[in-house]
Amino acid sequence: MRILALIALIATMTLGSTTADARSMFEPRGFSSPERERRYHALVDELRCLVCQNQTIAESNADLASDLRREVYRMVEDGRSEAEIAEFMVARYGDFVLYRPPLRPGTVLLWVGPFLLAAVGLAVLVAHLRRRRRAPATPLGEADRARLQRIIGAED
Amino acid sequence: MIGELGHLALILAFLVASIQGVVPLLGAWRRVPAWMAVAVSAARAQFLLMGISYLCLTWTFVVSDFSVSYVALNSNTALPLVYKISAVWGAHEGSMLLWATVLAGWGFAVAVFSTSLHAAFRARVLAVIALVSVGFQLFLLLTSNPFERLLPAPMEGRDLNPLLQDPGMAAHPPMLYMGYVGLVVPFAFAVAALIEGRIDLAWTRWTRPWTTVAWAFLTSGIMLGSWWAYSELGWGGWWFWDPVENASFMPWLVATALIHSLAVTEQRGAFRAWTILLAISGFSLSLLGAFLVRSGVLVSVHAFATDPARGLFILAFLIVVIGSALVLYAWRAARLAGGGEFDVCSRETFLLANNVLLVATSATVLLGTLYPLLLDALDAGKISVGPPYFDAVFVPLMLPLAALLGFAPLARWKKDGWRRLWAKLRLPLLVVVLASLALAFGTPASWAMAAGTGFALWIAAGVVLGLRDRLRHRHGASVRRALGRGFIGMSLAHLGAGVFIAGVTWTTGAGVERDVRLAPGESVEVSGYSFRFDGVAVHPGPNYRAVRGTVQVLRDGEPYSVLHPEKRTYLVQEEPMTEAAVDPGFTRDLYVALGEPVGTEGAWTMRVQYKPLVRWIWLGPLMMAIGGLLAAADRRYRPLARPVRAAAPAADKARAWG
Repeated sequence: MRILALIALIATMTLGSTTADARSMFEPRGFSSPERERRYHALVDELRCLVCQNQTIAESNADLASDLRREVYRMVEDGRSEAEIAEFMVARYGDFVLYRPPLRPGTVLLWVGPFLLAAVGLAVLVAHLRRRRRAPATPLGEADRARLQRIIGAED
Repeated sequence: MIGELGHLALILAFLVASIQGVVPLLGAWRRVPAWMAVAVSAARAQFLLMGISYLCLTWTFVVSDFSVSYVALNSNTALPLVYKISAVWGAHEGSMLLWATVLAGWGFAVAVFSTSLHAAFRARVLAVIALVSVGFQLFLLLTSNPFERLLPAPMEGRDLNPLLQDPGMAAHPPMLYMGYVGLVVPFAFAVAALIEGRIDLAWTRWTRPWTTVAWAFLTSGIMLGSWWAYSELGWGGWWFWDPVENASFMPWLVATALIHSLAVTEQRGAFRAWTILLAISGFSLSLLGAFLVRSGVLVSVHAFATDPARGLFILAFLIVVIGSALVLYAWRAARLAGGGEFDVCSRETFLLANNVLLVATSATVLLGTLYPLLLDALDAGKISVGPPYFDAVFVPLMLPLAALLGFAPLARWKKDGWRRLWAKLRLPLLVVVLASLALAFGTPASWAMAAGTGFALWIAAGVVLGLRDRLRHRHGASVRRALGRGFIGMSLAHLGAGVFIAGVTWTTGAGVERDVRLAPGESVEVSGYSFRFDGVAVHPGPNYRAVRGTVQVLRDGEPYSVLHPEKRTYLVQEEPMTEAAVDPGFTRDLYVALGEPVGTEGAWTMRVQYKPLVRWIWLGPLMMAIGGLLAAADRRYRPLARPVRAAAPAADKARAWG
């Protein structure tokens, strides 16, 4: 599926080919506790590689992603919390760096919208069912009647 | 020469489609049989011409005719033949040509199998498909001509993007386009029904199998794309909530709603206007996806503004197609009201709830995909909406659907009793809840894993109960007849949903991923498997050089499997590519990807993964697709494909609307 993104990219020729200096994405790192390791992975999976076409820093082998991973690792090992590190990144790069958009006035619709949609949909459904129950049965349309007649006729 | 022939065929196809889009409509309106009949022969001619055009482009790839600019940009003499053929859809122009050819193919198929429809309706359907064709052919001719010459011709081509040189990628776009474009059939049927102002049993009998087939293609296309990402991108992910993935997922969700809504319309005559609206929305989302991908708007709203020709064309086309369909809907939908009565506790209600959830989910994906573009366009800041967001909103919307899926197919049409359903379900529900609790407390599995497993078991239980019910109440009919392909297909597809949920749950929750640095002879232990690195060797390929690692997998000290992850450098584009090695299995995959060499003693970094049930993520959708095809082949649709003008067969009586 990503390929369509690549095709779009090639078609628009905005970034050219992605021949980054390929440093390894698979850096073996030692952690002083499993909790810190979990925190590190949670963070690198949610931070955006700013110079890539829609990749997290965990997925990218670009230099910047590699630098950010090292930075995250250092801060995790310094004992900083997830929120602190995310804040640091936002202060440096803006909200764009977070794949989990922060809740602020401009993003309320984004976060509430899905549940609002489902709730309104279900409410309309319930209202519709109630109205239906009260209303008399809808008579068959002309076409249906003719068709039914034909079907029953065909049976005989 | 061949290039010009292809171009000419494309122009002729455009002219034929223009005639097919206009004359039959006028004929249906003025009641001129000869004009209506034009539709069928034009649909055949159009497909023939598009087929010629497509084969011409393929030929220029096969013979490496680099005087065609598109070939020079996307092929190379050293490229293996199979990838020369698949390179045709490797970039923008060719994939649009594939899109238009597939569209003409669906039109042709409808023309061939629609002899049992009445002439005016058939003419309208084929004309609507042709009008959509005209738009895409014009788009190709005006903004994206794949046959454009490049003179003087270069000696060598720039090669196909190495990422696309993979079997999964060779099959993914055609499948996906079959699905995307196939949604034009229910769309055309809906528009034709709106023009006529009526829907009858024949309409749904017709639309339903076609929609199901298109949906099955879309399902398998998305599945192949996910499989490709897993095997080719090098880090074992299978879905990224990338906007381009979302572009195919939105129509899939709506098409899924549509096949369920069509079930009600066919069986009970209800939800007609809603079904029509879904048919329109499904294809509209396909077009929107094409716009998002083709216009460059996803890369950035500014990229769109710098080269606006393609984007503006599709945007205008999108507005014309969707706008006119919706205007027609607003004008005519009221005439379509009607249908059978049903109680609150009935299968109809549950299917409506299914539709609400699927449509809300599709709208959610749309919201998340477009939101950053909107904010950016309004200068309200740049944000990223990625996997953490989609996971957070998608899962809560899908869980009620999974719960519904377990019991809704057991409910009766028209009127059921809560008490009857409860009596049927309480035992399986108890078993499922106990099994999940046992998993949560008795094993290291997390709560999320226990819950996910519970939902998968619940769906499986529902399928088993459904089969038992069917067989118990078969009234002496043979087993084959009592079940029927429609029912088997549905059961298989529903079970596929459960298999998919189990796969996602276990891969996400119990997968192990380890980044290590290994020198030759060293090994790492992951989930009971020992991976010993035996060093790398140079391994030449047809159009790349590879460094090929050897990783010996041992279990309990015994040799278990040998994996050969590669790091390839393609000779033309010089892009380093990670070719992961996978030991696939029904219960787990072992996955090794090479990183980089480190130090002097031949050590490499690499990622070693243990992925339980990861195959189930694709097995589930495969079951859904096969289920769809089975259901579409149900015997009750068969008379429709034959030129029968008599009334529906007697067996239909029981299923007639009332």
